Amino acid sequence: MSDTKTRKKQDASQDGERRLNMIEAINDALDTSMQRDPDVIVMGEDVGYFGGVFRCTAGLQEKHGKTRVFDTPISECGIIAVAVGMGAYGLRPVPEIQFADYIYPGLDQLISEAARLRYRSAAEYIAPITVRSPFGGGIFGGQTHSQSPEAIFTHVSGLKTVIPSTPYDAKGLLISAIEDNDPVIFFEPKRIYNGPFSGYYDKPVEPWKKHPQSVVPEGYYRIPLGKARHVTEGEELTILAYGTMVHVVEAVCAKKGVEADILDLRTLVPLDIEAIEESVKKTGRCLIVHEATRTSGFGAELSALVTERCFYHLEAPVERATGFDTPYPHSLEWAYFPGPIRIGEAIDKILSE
Amino acid sequence: MAEEAQNNPPKSGDNRPSLSLHVPEPKFRPGDAADFSHIDIGEAGKQPRPDETCDPSEMRDLAYGLIRVLGDDNRAHGPWDPKLDPETLRTMLKHFATVRAFDERMFRGQRQGKTSFYMKCTGEEATSIATSMALASDDMVFPSYRQQGVLIVRGYPMIEMINQIYSNKGDKLKGRQLPIMYSSREHSFFTISGNLATQTPQAVGWAMASAIKGDSRIAATWVGEGSTAEGDFHSACTFATVYNAPVILNVINNQWAISSFSGFAGAERTTFAARALGYGLAGLRVDGNDPLACYAAEQWAANRARANAGPTLIEFFTYRAEGHSTSDDPSGYRSATEREEWPLGDPVNRLKNHLIELGEWDEDRQAAMDLEAAEMVKKTTKEAEANGILGHGLHHPFRTMFEDVFEELPWHLKEQAEQAVHERKTKFPDGLPNEGKGA
Repeated sequence: MSDTKTRKKQDASQDGERRLNMIEAINDALDTSMQRDPDVIVMGEDVGYFGGVFRCTAGLQEKHGKTRVFDTPISECGIIAVAVGMGAYGLRPVPEIQFADYIYPGLDQLISEAARLRYRSAAEYIAPITVRSPFGGGIFGGQTHSQSPEAIFTHVSGLKTVIPSTPYDAKGLLISAIEDNDPVIFFEPKRIYNGPFSGYYDKPVEPWKKHPQSVVPEGYYRIPLGKARHVTEGEELTILAYGTMVHVVEAVCAKKGVEADILDLRTLVPLDIEAIEESVKKTGRCLIVHEATRTSGFGAELSALVTERCFYHLEAPVERATGFDTPYPHSLEWAYFPGPIRIGEAIDKILSE
Repeated sequence: MAEEAQNNPPKSGDNRPSLSLHVPEPKFRPGDAADFSHIDIGEAGKQPRPDETCDPSEMRDLAYGLIRVLGDDNRAHGPWDPKLDPETLRTMLKHFATVRAFDERMFRGQRQGKTSFYMKCTGEEATSIATSMALASDDMVFPSYRQQGVLIVRGYPMIEMINQIYSNKGDKLKGRQLPIMYSSREHSFFTISGNLATQTPQAVGWAMASAIKGDSRIAATWVGEGSTAEGDFHSACTFATVYNAPVILNVINNQWAISSFSGFAGAERTTFAARALGYGLAGLRVDGNDPLACYAAEQWAANRARANAGPTLIEFFTYRAEGHSTSDDPSGYRSATEREEWPLGDPVNRLKNHLIELGEWDEDRQAAMDLEAAEMVKKTTKEAEANGILGHGLHHPFRTMFEDVFEELPWHLKEQAEQAVHERKTKFPDGLPNEGKGA
């Protein structure tokens, strides 16, 4: 472990606990999984010798060899298809799609193949693959390096969609995803790779090491898919969020002095409906926050579920604070981003009812 | 001057010829008399057979010619003769008879309303039967939808095929798949997709995995010439060549993709085998109606893959003698005389005539074999029909609809399954006569 490139950069914290940023935690999860299971294979564009454009696979090729960690042609269709074939053989591939925005050429292989193998073959063949991909904006990536396409995948029967929001979760969820016998889309919010993000983009970036969730234990642990995390407990309203937006929501609530029940969903499919219901029935108010475009976003599904299941407990209409229905604009990305003003006003509206 | 030209690029109104779009058109349409004299089929036995480990650049001509073994004299010629013993040839002939009888019966079954859909492989039998006989039985195959011959060669129980076609209670795939989309892990036969060419790069991935693990098994996949236009095919060729994957990419050029002739996949300009050259793959072009040539080419490619010498793309030049499927009527778009005029003949007749020429067979034995095959298929069909036919209630219990979406049933599918149970009880308050009797 200590010979990987990322590991050398890691911060020794004051309390002696090991603190990692999200990139290091993901690297650690891959390393841990590869050590435990010789069938785990990592592949993707630039992931081999170089260690990935975001460094998530740094040192893995050197440690585990070129036939287990290797670069691929620039062909997302090919990457996913080859992973499906490897899964049919009995391997457990973890392909990386360099940006979620690049995943579309692989959609047929994901939707019609990976997601359907188990069903169409009555479980003779499965696709135990985990597709890792950085997603979301806030890094001036323009419209082709900023998208949040999670709802495309949650709409597909047979796919699981996982989105971590902290280094601790990233490691535990990724290990669970890799060990899962169903195909998992693992979206990594790249805005918070190096530190949690408050949404106040003009303020200095906070490093992960100051965040309690940056304590990442050595070795193996899992966080089960389908279990939400209670970020803060509160009575005033429920806020459902995932990925980068968990931190933005938390910062907005802290600044406004709102006591919210913030749920980090962590897994969109399967969804922790029990935690959502319990919280909304307690608070009677629900805000849903995501960075993705609004129309037919995952927030629409959440809003419908909350309305169907908690209607008689609701004291205000369910609200959504989301990205706008435009492509992610380069120069105006903070105008697109559902930041403190949009979220703050949505909170005010819900609480005023 | 140059600067001026750069600053004033010509406009569309300038004195330049008008462009025109070429839209391919097949040579013959309904009512035309088909004439294939423009196709150069070459002479049997004339193509050289390079060493299996040779560099693709040394065998470029093989991507443009046609490897043929069986001549008009019904004898095997040249270096590609696989020199199979008569017993093996008779086994091959038996597989042909079985597949042809099976196709006839299943086609009729669809017309009788026993199922929704069927696809024959008439005229193309050699491209799956002879080829898979050249593979080891545990080599992994990623078929397209017209490779029923592979399952027959591998001894897959025919009743399983018919149960699947009828989507009945015996269907191992629980009635989830369109007829003929078989799957058998036990027979190293990948689950067939309805989406085209998706299996091609998957086969490459499987082969890569086999190489990663130091296994000795190779992969083979089949794709139609029309589907080579899919991006997946390009991905497959790229990954195959980049990683030197132990895989055989079989392209079945049967001239027609439903109603679109091969020109819509690029056949007017070059061969499909020539696709290999740009990727640095070994490329072979084979008479797909010549069972011995099909066997020899697949064996060559298998030897090459097994020797770690790399992947091979093989174009089998053949003819789809029947409609695309039971949902298709080829008389609406192609000449009715194409089939009889096809210059490469019928693969079953060619093999039969070869065996007769060798003194190892005769017409009486052939007639007896055909009859026996028909009887066997008939008997097996009856057995399968006892498990039910499509739409007659003898299907899998409908709760199985929710199984296998995921390994475990998540809450939302549990809820939907309860809704389905409720709907069923509302519709049939006294219970279903056949419910629960399924497998």
